[in-house]
Amino acid sequence: MLESSTSIEIRNVYKIFGPHPERYIEAVRDGGMCKGDLLEKHNHVLGLKNVSLDIEAGHIQVIMGLSGSGKSTLIRHINRLIEPTAGEVIVEGTDVRALKPKALRNFRRASTAMVFQKFALLPHRTVIGNVVFGLEIRGVSRAEQLEEAHHWINRVGLAGFEDKYPSQLSGGMQQRVGLARALSNDAPILLMDEAFSALDPLIRVDMQAILLDLQEEVRKTIVFITHDLDEALRIGDRVAIMQDGELVQQGKPEDIVLSPATPYVEDFVRQVNRGRVVKVGALARSVSGPPAALRISGSLPLADAALRLVEARLSFADVTDANGAVVGRVGLEDVVRTLARSAGEEGALAGMASEEPPARLVG
Amino acid sequence: MMSFDGFPVMDADTLTALKKAIDGGFRAFTREFGATVEDFFLPLRTFLIFVERLLVTTPWPLVLLVIVGLVYLASRSWRLVAGAAAALLVIGYFGMWEDTMRTLAMIVVATLISVAIGIPLGILMAWSGRARAVMLPVLDVMQTMPSFVYLIPVVMLLGIGKVPGLIAVVIYAAPPIIRLTNLGIRLVDADVLEAADAFGASTWQKLRKVQLPLALPNIMAGINQTIMAALSMVVVASMIGVQGLGQPVLKAIANQYFTLGVFNGFAIVGIAIIFDRTSQAFGRRLQKHREAEHA
Repeated sequence: MLESSTSIEIRNVYKIFGPHPERYIEAVRDGGMCKGDLLEKHNHVLGLKNVSLDIEAGHIQVIMGLSGSGKSTLIRHINRLIEPTAGEVIVEGTDVRALKPKALRNFRRASTAMVFQKFALLPHRTVIGNVVFGLEIRGVSRAEQLEEAHHWINRVGLAGFEDKYPSQLSGGMQQRVGLARALSNDAPILLMDEAFSALDPLIRVDMQAILLDLQEEVRKTIVFITHDLDEALRIGDRVAIMQDGELVQQGKPEDIVLSPATPYVEDFVRQVNRGRVVKVGALARSVSGPPAALRISGSLPLADAALRLVEARLSFADVTDANGAVVGRVGLEDVVRTLARSAGEEGALAGMASEEPPARLVG
Repeated sequence: MMSFDGFPVMDADTLTALKKAIDGGFRAFTREFGATVEDFFLPLRTFLIFVERLLVTTPWPLVLLVIVGLVYLASRSWRLVAGAAAALLVIGYFGMWEDTMRTLAMIVVATLISVAIGIPLGILMAWSGRARAVMLPVLDVMQTMPSFVYLIPVVMLLGIGKVPGLIAVVIYAAPPIIRLTNLGIRLVDADVLEAADAFGASTWQKLRKVQLPLALPNIMAGINQTIMAALSMVVVASMIGVQGLGQPVLKAIANQYFTLGVFNGFAIVGIAIIFDRTSQAFGRRLQKHREAEHA
């Protein structure tokens, strides 16, 4: 039962930066003072405004927004690297705000681990020295530290690099160290603050794959911050979008792409390749009648589903869930309509073309 | 009308009375607590004499070997080892071995004390803005006040001898290590500190595992500066009875013995260079991760 429960509850959190946030919290919360007024008249910055978010255990929750939207501030409320001005943060049943310094340290040691945008590795320690850091802080025995560290170093693909210093590694490899350091802590919650944003696009995709692969195994509650919608849609089970310190929309990736709540979100999703992001399951409609000639999995991306229908010369197919049971039916027309509203097609075609080997040049 | 010809001065009698009162007060303090202060510094005196005896009475080949061995352990450089051995042999050959050993003892003890006091004070300064605000002007005074001035009360309290000399040396030599420890800790990357916090590190764990190791290059530079400052005080310290290379220099100044002055001066330079190169090489070795090239 606990497996699928809420892991992190963020309730009406406000954060005001400045020397005297308590003076203005009333005006912001009850008086509707806006960000601009607060800054202009009182020289305080409104970081978060009435943010509430439930994060499910064992899932990847992406928090997305442009820089300055408050996403990095929000993630730091979960392990209280930043104190909320008002509101509640409940993590695994613990009221994080109420923790005394020692209890807070223990909470951070046992319940959360974090990966940082700029890696934040210890430059004077080798890879293995960095990976054991969290365990060392917890006071785990040396033998156990090393065993755990070796396991995760292997798991992120850094075997053989144990004795290298961070300065000897590329950015992608450094972040693997950051990931191994966080995972070896064996905390149920993994906080990733723009963890892949500093990496080259290809390396970033690599790291996303590693993360998804690891998540299959570890099933942690992952809070992932990014400013990149493609990344958000690729790895998020749920996506929350922030703007100017407020949460403007949250839901499954498809919900966000198919029905953006505000013009801001719409701007974001306009460039998305729906054929890749939206799964055919999202278009399935319940019907009665004889079964269709073709069955396709609901987790198939729209573009692939369209191809399957065209190749089979069919106008509709039955959609199945993870267990193979039919959940509805989808028509080629609907698929094409949804695809056609997407602006990202040219990009996708160009990408497919470049994958063709330059056959004539070989030999 | 007011005249700007002369600076308006405090009344001469008042000024005299003020000076007398302060002098009298301090003299009374000296009479009352001189013995107590002396007792307080007794362990220091014992330690200094022990180190000095050790260096002077141990057969010179053994001392030479140990010094050269330490140079090698710290620097792993045979060139430096050869240089140090040559310098010490020349010093010995010119009859300055014993004085050099006494100076060495003084420098070693003064540096140890400076580091023992300086690193904790530097940490305190880095942690607390208030401590920093208090310490900075004190350090300025320690470094710029002519040493003869603070020698007066020290000599009044403790008389002439090794300990007052040591105190004078430490007052001048401690500020660099304090300043550079403070600087080194303040320069530690905020991101790395945040990571330590995120993993639940305590203040002590952060200090030991993050701040001190990352501040080490600056701390090593501070130790190097402290050693150099201590060496530069050798002649001044000899004026209040510290034995060593400073005393022949004093004699040379008083009697215009040019060669005597030059020989002893170069002996000081020689051990300064040995200390400097060795401590720098050691500092570099401690942070080999910085030299590691991108693979």
